[in-house]
Amino acid sequence: MTGLGVVSPVGSSLSAYWAALVAGRSGFGPPTFTETGKNKTKIVAEVTDFVASDHFDARALSWLDRVSQFAVVAARQAFAQSGLSSGGETGERTAVIVGTAAGGQGTAEESLRRFYTEDVPRIPPMTIPKTMISAAPSQVSMTLGLKGPTFAVSSACASSTHAIGQAFQMIRSGAVTCALAGGTDACITAGVTRGWEAMRILATDTCRPFSRERTGMVIGEGAAIVVLEALDHAQARGAEILAEIAGFGMGADAGDLTSPQADGMARAMRMALADGALAPDAIDYINAHGTGTTINDKLETAAVHAVFGDGARELALSSTKSMIGHALGAAGALELTATFMAIRDGIVPPTMNYLGPDPACDLDYTPNAARRRPIRAALSNSFAFGGLNAVLAVRQFAG
Amino acid sequence: MADVTSLVSEVIAARMRSVDRSVRLSDTLDSLGLESLDVLEIAFDLEQRFGVEIPFNANTKLEFDTVGDLVQAIERLIAEKAEKAGAR
Repeated sequence: MTGLGVVSPVGSSLSAYWAALVAGRSGFGPPTFTETGKNKTKIVAEVTDFVASDHFDARALSWLDRVSQFAVVAARQAFAQSGLSSGGETGERTAVIVGTAAGGQGTAEESLRRFYTEDVPRIPPMTIPKTMISAAPSQVSMTLGLKGPTFAVSSACASSTHAIGQAFQMIRSGAVTCALAGGTDACITAGVTRGWEAMRILATDTCRPFSRERTGMVIGEGAAIVVLEALDHAQARGAEILAEIAGFGMGADAGDLTSPQADGMARAMRMALADGALAPDAIDYINAHGTGTTINDKLETAAVHAVFGDGARELALSSTKSMIGHALGAAGALELTATFMAIRDGIVPPTMNYLGPDPACDLDYTPNAARRRPIRAALSNSFAFGGLNAVLAVRQFAG
Repeated sequence: MADVTSLVSEVIAARMRSVDRSVRLSDTLDSLGLESLDVLEIAFDLEQRFGVEIPFNANTKLEFDTVGDLVQAIERLIAEKAEKAGAR
């Protein structure tokens, strides 16, 4: 892992993002969409400091939905930090794998809303290439001149964890040497928000994962991209190695479309540990999926007990969703980034808005304040709708 | 119809990157460095501004090679539209 890039509700650079998480600063606020007053939601996690024209000219903006803008900006940051160049063989052996749950939903809604509801016979000609799920990886590849395997991965709220896991496996197998992988989503529209309201799982006050009196999730947006490369390649070019991905576990519940299952969560965590040849007691920190819904947090706690046994109480857990909300397809990559930084600095970011224990959630969730703790290795959990589970194990780079 | 010429020039100029000068009627769209996506966007913008529908298919050779051809096509479409409106 040699580069990280972030666009988030708490800042659109790696340093701003991490400083906010350590300080426990949230990116929540009222939604900025202006439609109709049909929504009940009072709180979302939007990226408010992002000015598209600071990053793209008018011509480029005509074919970049916000979801791709986020991905390209995060990818530029990560690529610059890595010091890689796109020329020659390296460019051809660098994959671009980007997860997204909703793709260019904003563009789709706007183009089609006008077509169906107003007397507007024309649809903007870039509607299709802006809204396709694979637009973001395509734009990253084009912007940076990367010619390796390039595609999108979609598994709802686990999309970017699957994308990074896929990149990790491709590097390990020798299929590619480097990869830009991560996720992006930008779909806080009135319509999508109404859809979440219909599921009755959005927080009415704020996101307080694992806490008593929690009322649900806060939807977010953003992007995070990481640069992965084969160890020998990174060492040969003298790159700064920030941490290493040790293992990846994934599976499916084959159960319910929206309700998670603890045994599926546990199985993915066990697979990530086994894949990285990590004993459970090698893990010091888990960046939890921790959505703030009653059921996720209860079952994720049960799954951690099942995997770690008596050691579960020694672990530090936290849900950074308590500050950045649930960025859907970007969530896993944003959270893996937080996990990397936690390992690098020996600081566990907090679970904010924590009021006190729920009897069903009895672990150490690092409530309300960051804590210093050396972290040898950590897990980053993503458990998506569809029962799609993905877990990445990360460890300190021993050098 | 000077206003058609100036509006068409303005819409085209907004999409140009490689040519740093004002648009002339004799310029071909190719020579202005416009790619296929630019032409789609330009057609969309012009349809919006003039309230006409410019018939072309990206698979066939464009009927308008030059900026002047495009201006003439739009003037013709505007006239046809006015004629239809007058006939009703």
